[in-house]
Amino acid sequence: MTTYKETEDIMLRKTFEHEIQQVKDDVLLLGSMVEQAILNTVEALKKRDIKAAHEILSADKLINKKRFDIEHKLMILIATQQPMAHDLRLLASCMEIISELERMGDYAKGIANINIRMGDAPLLKPLIDIPRMAQIGVDMLHRALTAFVNEDVETAQKLPVLDDEVDALYNQVYRELMTFVIQDATTIERANWLLWVAHNLERVADRVTNICERTVFIATGDMTEIKSTDDEFWKTQKNGS
Amino acid sequence: MAIISRSDRRERQSPASHVFGPAQETKGDLVVAQSLSNHENAKHVLEAKGLGIYYGDFRAVADVNIPIKRHKITAIIGPSGCGKSTLLRAFNRMNELVPGTNIEGEVLFDGENLYDSVVDPVEVRYRIGMVFQKPNPFPKSIYENIAWGARIHGFKGKMDDLVESCLRQAALWDEVKDKLNQSGLALSGGQQQRLCIARTLAVQPEVILMDEPASALDPIATLKIEELMQELKKNYTIVIVTHNMQQAARVSDYTAMMMLTDREAHSGTVIEFDETTRIFTNPKDKRTEDYVTGRFG
Repeated sequence: MTTYKETEDIMLRKTFEHEIQQVKDDVLLLGSMVEQAILNTVEALKKRDIKAAHEILSADKLINKKRFDIEHKLMILIATQQPMAHDLRLLASCMEIISELERMGDYAKGIANINIRMGDAPLLKPLIDIPRMAQIGVDMLHRALTAFVNEDVETAQKLPVLDDEVDALYNQVYRELMTFVIQDATTIERANWLLWVAHNLERVADRVTNICERTVFIATGDMTEIKSTDDEFWKTQKNGS
Repeated sequence: MAIISRSDRRERQSPASHVFGPAQETKGDLVVAQSLSNHENAKHVLEAKGLGIYYGDFRAVADVNIPIKRHKITAIIGPSGCGKSTLLRAFNRMNELVPGTNIEGEVLFDGENLYDSVVDPVEVRYRIGMVFQKPNPFPKSIYENIAWGARIHGFKGKMDDLVESCLRQAALWDEVKDKLNQSGLALSGGQQQRLCIARTLAVQPEVILMDEPASALDPIATLKIEELMQELKKNYTIVIVTHNMQQAARVSDYTAMMMLTDREAHSGTVIEFDETTRIFTNPKDKRTEDYVTGRFG
């Protein structure tokens, strides 16, 4: 007979542990591909660099492929290792997180498509707030993924508050573009393009919140929504204030 | 009285009414169910309270406090040698067949202590049946495997109906109906195990204890037993000891996690009892977490 204490130092499931670590590394790699895509796509828009925009589209295919590769690995691990408890929560959450990351990559691709569709048309205004939104979103994503790897519940619960900054910038961009449209109706299409860009970046920050929720779930088993003031933002829009 | 004194035994109803209905619908048991309906523990068919089990001076199991809920499947899991089977056998006084066995605390069956001096252990084992790891049919015909226990138990109804009912409940009827006079030993391992379950049902138990019932079976036979358990729990309460954690996760509603806690004394106890979904997704005790994720065994 062996007691718990006698065997607690024995490293059981070493192979499984190794494979879990590989999955975590892959998720981080996917995350950094997405971070790069978001920064690059906004930079390409800022410079109106169509060639760079096309490169973003190619990079998105790699992001999608990476997501499917990780998903495949996860399926095999679930099927062959029958994960339980923390392992199960981790692997199931990875499945969610890679889906969130892949969608964030799609937002970057969407911005690249807008850049391409704009053709020769100049930007309606120099981009100031939009690159800020991108930078905050990418910072949030980076910190969220670090919190995921370290299962840092405290950071995961605090990060979504930063979403408010992105929302505030979005609000600012929205008002500014509306001013252009009111003054000159011919700017509608160009204003609309930039509004979509800002909207995509606003959604990136929202999806970071989803990743944070998964991190809390992995660490604690609690599946709860982390509240940001995002809802309040939309309430104020609805009221027209 | 719910159980089970020696004087009661002769007066018990014949199990005829059970042939076409579940045990708890028989007249005698229905009275018990009604009498318990206002009781807060009415859903507990069995309950271990401060239960310790000794083999001589050796305390194999210490201080177990768990309820066994009616019409649910409760799994007992844990590493080898932690006292799972010993605890299971305490639920129908099977341990007493080992000389020198003693217990402390109590096991309540429908609210009454199974170990009370007026309780007849033989009667206990009828009401709380057991299925073992290795299929052990009697070296008799399939028909007699079912009929023999019931006959000894004083069954006066139509034996053919009882045999058919038990074999149907054990999901074996269609496979054996044309060869009821063949030896039970001629069946496959999985069929033999279902025959043993059918044999248990013939004496009208309320609870079925299963000690690794599928560990000697192939995967298909195992799944048949597991499906059968889901059917049986509509009418019976099941407690299963299993080393197969996926099996515990698949079949049970509640799980008791056992572990040796006293390193010197090698005593095992239940360290966590909860809904199975909780035990396998988010257990509270780190030792349970380590066991179900395969970090300790």
